[in-house]
Amino acid sequence: MTIWDAHIHLSGVPGDAPEARLERLLEYADRLGIERVCVFMGMKWSYAPSPDDLRQQNDEVWRAIRHFPERAFGFVYLNPNHLAASLAELDRCVRDGPMVGVKLWVARRCHEPVLDPLVRRAAELKAVVLQHTYLKATGNLPGESTPTDLAQLAARHPDASFIAAHTGADWELGIRALRDTPNVSVELCGFDPTAGVTEMAVREVGAARVLYGSDAGGRSFASQLAKVLGAQISAADKQLILRDNLKRLLTPILQTKGIRI
Amino acid sequence: MNTLSALNRREFVQTAATAALAGFGSARAAAAPRSKAPAGTGRHPAWVDVNVTLGRWPFRRLPFDETPALVGKLRQQGVTAAWAGTFDGVFHHDLAAANARLAEDCRRQGRGWLRPFGSVNPKLPGWKRDLQQCAEAHQMAGIRLHPTYHGYALDDAAFAQLLVLAGRHRLIVQIVADLEDERTQHPLARVPHANLQPLVPLLRAGTGARVVVLNWARSASLPLAKQLAEAGACLDIATVENVGGVDNLVRQLSVDRVVFGSHAPLFYFESAALKLQESALTAETSWAIRAGNAMRLLSPV
Repeated sequence: MTIWDAHIHLSGVPGDAPEARLERLLEYADRLGIERVCVFMGMKWSYAPSPDDLRQQNDEVWRAIRHFPERAFGFVYLNPNHLAASLAELDRCVRDGPMVGVKLWVARRCHEPVLDPLVRRAAELKAVVLQHTYLKATGNLPGESTPTDLAQLAARHPDASFIAAHTGADWELGIRALRDTPNVSVELCGFDPTAGVTEMAVREVGAARVLYGSDAGGRSFASQLAKVLGAQISAADKQLILRDNLKRLLTPILQTKGIRI
Repeated sequence: MNTLSALNRREFVQTAATAALAGFGSARAAAAPRSKAPAGTGRHPAWVDVNVTLGRWPFRRLPFDETPALVGKLRQQGVTAAWAGTFDGVFHHDLAAANARLAEDCRRQGRGWLRPFGSVNPKLPGWKRDLQQCAEAHQMAGIRLHPTYHGYALDDAAFAQLLVLAGRHRLIVQIVADLEDERTQHPLARVPHANLQPLVPLLRAGTGARVVVLNWARSASLPLAKQLAEAGACLDIATVENVGGVDNLVRQLSVDRVVFGSHAPLFYFESAALKLQESALTAETSWAIRAGNAMRLLSPV
C-alpha cells in the first residue's frame, strides 16, 4: 500500500533549520513506508499568531518543502483574527506559491462568519481547508473548534473541501457531528490509538471520507498509522484512507499548479 | 512456564512492525532501515506483551474484547506470551471474584500463554487477602494496580505496605499510570493521571518488589522516567509518543528497563508494534524490549 500523511509539523525532532527537521521526519516516515506528507506551521507555534508570525511560520514551511518537492506538500497557516493578513498569506503561499491547502488551528472557533472570506478564497484556489477540532473533557481553549463548529462552517460552503483534523479526538462524538456533512473528511491523527475509531468512521461516514494523518513529530507516525493498519476493515478501504482520499482531495489544486504526482 | 528463556537472542527475527505492515509495505518500506534480522533458524521468536487487559471496557465495545479473539490477534501478530489484567479489576469492588475469573480465563488459553496479573486495591478492606490469593491460590507472577482509579496516591502508606508485601511474595507489581487520555474520558469517569514521583524514593528504599510502570508517558517526564528506571522500575512503551519515541526512551534509560506493552485491546496492538520499526532499533535492543527484559523480570536472580 502507498501511504500519504495528511498532517505533520516541524516539531519533535532536532534541527535549527526547517529543512533539517523535515529531513529527519522523513527518515522516520521512510521506516514506515510513508511516501508523502502534508506539513504546516513553523518551528515555534503560537495559539494566536500575529501577521508577522504567520508569515515567518509559513516561510519556514515553504523553505522546508522546497528541499523535498517529491515528498512534502505545504499548507498555509492562517489566523482568522487577522483576516486581511491571512487573505494575503493565502494568495502569497497558495495562489502564487507552492502550497496546496490551508491550516486553521485554535485562534478562532471556525463556525464564526469571520472565516467565510477565507474559505471562499480557499475554494476559489481549490485548496483544501484543514481545521483542528477537539472535544476536551478538560475544557477547550477559547478559540478551539469542535466538530460541530466545523460542520456549521462546511454547511455554509458546500463547494469547499474540509478536513476535520483529529475528528474531535473524542471521536465517537466527532464522527457523529460530522456524519451528515459530506464535504468534510474525518482525519485520524493526534489522539491515542484507541481501537475502534477507524471502524466507526468507515461505518458512519464511509471509507472515502476518512484520512490517515499522524500529527508527527509530536505524535509517533507509528501509533497513528496503527489506527488504519490495525483496523478491522477491508484492504481496499485501508488504501483509500492511507492515500487515495487525500490524493483525490489534492488533485484539483495539484493539476491547477501543474504538479504531477 | 513459558519457554522464552530457551531462545537465543541471536535468533530474534524481524521487527514488530514487519508483521503489522505485512502486505502493505511499499518499495520504500521494504528498503527502509529497520532492525537487522539476524540469521534465523525458522524458530518462532519470543515476544512478550506485558500490557493487555481482558474483559469489557465500560464505555464502548472494543475489537478483540473477547479473550479468545484477543489471543488470536496477538498470536497472529507474533506475540508468544502476554501479561493480562482485567477491566473488572479496575471497576469492581469484589476483586477476589474478578481475580478468580481472570485466572480461569487465562488458564483456558493454555500453557501459561496468558499470565494473569490480578488487581489489588490497598484501600479496600481485606486487600492483603486479595494479594495473598493472587500469589498463593492463583500462583500469579504479579499483580496490577490502578491507583488513580482506586483513589489513592503513591505516597499513601498503604501503597508502601503493599509493595513490601508483594516483594515478600515475589510478585511483580504493575502500576498503571492511566488508561486513557484525560482529555477524552467519559464525563462521568474523569480520572487524573497518576503522580509517579513518590514511587522513586520507595524504590530507592528497597521494598523488594519488582515494579513495572504501564501507560506512564502522560504522567511522567523523561527525567522522571529516568529516575524511576535508575531506581529499578521497568517502563512500557504503550503511551510513548513522538517520532522515534522508543529510541529516545532507550537513549535516556537503560535498555534493560524498557518493556513491550501494547495496551491492547483498548489500543490497537499495531501501535506499539510499529513504534519498534519507527525507532529502527538494533536486533539486540529490540529483543530486550520485546522479550528479554520481561523474561528477566519473571526469573529474578
